[in-house]
Amino acid sequence: MSELTSTTALRATMDAYYRSLADAALRKTAPVAWCTSVGPAELLRALGFAVHFPENHAAIMGAARTANRYLPLAHAQGYSQDICSYLTSDIGAYLAGESPLEAYGLERAPAPDVLVFNTNQCRDVRDWFEWYGRELGVPVLGLHSPRAIDDVTESDIDAVTMQLEALVAPLEQVAGTRLDDARLRAAMRASRDTAGLWGACLETASARPAPLTFFDGSVHMGPAVVLRGSDDAPAYYRTLLAELEQRVENRVGAVPAETLRLYWDGMPVWGRLRALSTMFAEFRTAVVASTYCNSWAFSGLDPAEPWRSVARALLELFIARSEAPKERYIARMVEFYDVDGVIFHDCRTCSNNSNTRYGMPGRITERLGIPTLVLDGDVNDLRCFSDEQARTNIEGFVEQLTDARAATSARGSR
Amino acid sequence: MNYYAGVDSGSWTTKAAVIDGEGHVLGTAVTRSGADLTAAAERAYEMVLANSGRTRADIEAVWSTGFGRNTIPFADGSRTELDCHGRGVAHYIKGPLVVVDIGGQDAKVIRLDAAGHRLSHRMNRKCAAGTGSFLDEIALRLGIDIGDLNALGRGATENLELSSFCTVFAGTELLTLIRSGKRPADLAMAAYRSLVKRIVAMDVLEGRIAPTGGVVAYHPIMVELIGAACRGEVVVPPHPQEIGAFGAALAALAACETQDIADTSDTAELVQP
Ligand code: SF4
Repeated sequence: MSELTSTTALRATMDAYYRSLADAALRKTAPVAWCTSVGPAELLRALGFAVHFPENHAAIMGAARTANRYLPLAHAQGYSQDICSYLTSDIGAYLAGESPLEAYGLERAPAPDVLVFNTNQCRDVRDWFEWYGRELGVPVLGLHSPRAIDDVTESDIDAVTMQLEALVAPLEQVAGTRLDDARLRAAMRASRDTAGLWGACLETASARPAPLTFFDGSVHMGPAVVLRGSDDAPAYYRTLLAELEQRVENRVGAVPAETLRLYWDGMPVWGRLRALSTMFAEFRTAVVASTYCNSWAFSGLDPAEPWRSVARALLELFIARSEAPKERYIARMVEFYDVDGVIFHDCRTCSNNSNTRYGMPGRITERLGIPTLVLDGDVNDLRCFSDEQARTNIEGFVEQLTDARAATSARGSR
Repeated sequence: MNYYAGVDSGSWTTKAAVIDGEGHVLGTAVTRSGADLTAAAERAYEMVLANSGRTRADIEAVWSTGFGRNTIPFADGSRTELDCHGRGVAHYIKGPLVVVDIGGQDAKVIRLDAAGHRLSHRMNRKCAAGTGSFLDEIALRLGIDIGDLNALGRGATENLELSSFCTVFAGTELLTLIRSGKRPADLAMAAYRSLVKRIVAMDVLEGRIAPTGGVVAYHPIMVELIGAACRGEVVVPPHPQEIGAFGAALAALAACETQDIADTSDTAELVQP
């Protein structure tokens, strides 16, 4: 597996972001807002906030495999082992007085002036932010977005639009400035371009061989998450897209001798991202697409209609939907990326992003005639992941798909 | 005649089998895995060679399977236990069928189509409930040898329930029942029923069901209880504990046959003008 050369630009982009965040927190160059990963980031940027994303902070601890050091500290506060391990690792790290951003001079996550959540993804983010609100005495604001939506209706959009507009006054007060329309439109343009370019990057994986995998995507999506509304994100994705298109043209695959193609639903297992990437490559299997990476390829962001278009985009997200639209979405992905099977990660501490618990894998197999596999694990808590069991599960699935293909071609050649 | 071998390196026991080119079993062996899986595999292989009256030189290929499949230096290839259990059972029993393998430390449900090809599989979470170690824990609490649990369960007269989800809690629940004067035979049977409940919750068990694994081999009561709990016909394949090793031997045989075809087609290509 050869690494994408854009990784250097990715590092520089993320580095600049963390540096500006540290500057805001330590040298007070800008007010600091914390935001959930699919919250109203454009609004915060337009108001001049430096925006910190606790989920990103937690994911770094997951990837660095330090999360398990912090989890018990949050559990001891009464935050259960069964709830979001992003939340428990992040709060645990705070209690330990540590942060993975130490290299930027931050001993702890950058001190916030305001915390802004959106319940479109889960309730955990609200409980998470409210813990900090109590601990640090800072205001906690949020969007109380509906969940498990069938079709997004005008009245859903009205409700979230009104809530977004209602955030402006209290946020202006914290920021000490008025919201400027031109800045909001500029943030929306950057966000729309980021979403479009990121989406285009992911779509290159429909090529055979795929130039990137879900594991690459989980790393390269950083700017799409933390730099929404900033011009640095589209700049990075132009670089990445050019490299991916070049790979497609030269038929360079992310996985050497790609044989099988899979779709991944659910969270990554951050502490095993590289191990899983290597294992799938060993099986000449490319995990070409995922619900997770696609979640930041928002559609329909419109600078001319900032409020309603953001409201719609946040409501239309996969995670906020009911089973039927989720299944239709996966069906479209399976067809577009032409995959041989679907892996569903049953993330022990995140029921919101585990689509395994109400029968979906079975229904997908039945409707699409495509094999599915349920993999037990967790986003950050490695105690919920067994390397041996995962290997047997995945290897067994690869054997099954390979044998099925051999049987089909044997029938065809007869 | 060519011979083939399979070694199933499980977390609890290591099994081995030797077959001939027609898939007939010449011998099997079982040994404790212990901490050194490689040594256990060596031991099992030596034992099965002795049991089948063969030497290493007689064996065309050895394939490995199971938890420790990648720790066996003398293996020529490997397949997962999901593949080998399915393969082994499908050799004896016509599909479509559902293989229910209950091992010492895990349980699996494997679905096969009419041709014996795998359709899907499910593995239990990493938890002792629903596996053979649950029965070990119960035998320990009852103060009897695990080998006597089946006979004890046969004497049950009262229909007791163990309601706990977890092996440790079931153990303490058992102690409470013992103190309240319940009979060990009824408790043994309650433990079997509890295990079966976990197994039938793993997947829909219908049609032809083939239980395999050490638990089935040593606890025939389990087969009866699975039969009673499912809508289907329960068929136990020969040597259910060594079925994975047998499947690995079949995989070795299949690989050699494919190799032979590849070899002859290479030759055919060479003689083409
Ligand atoms: S969606 Fe899941 S992983 Fe993300 S914050 Fe909510 S509970 Fe945690």
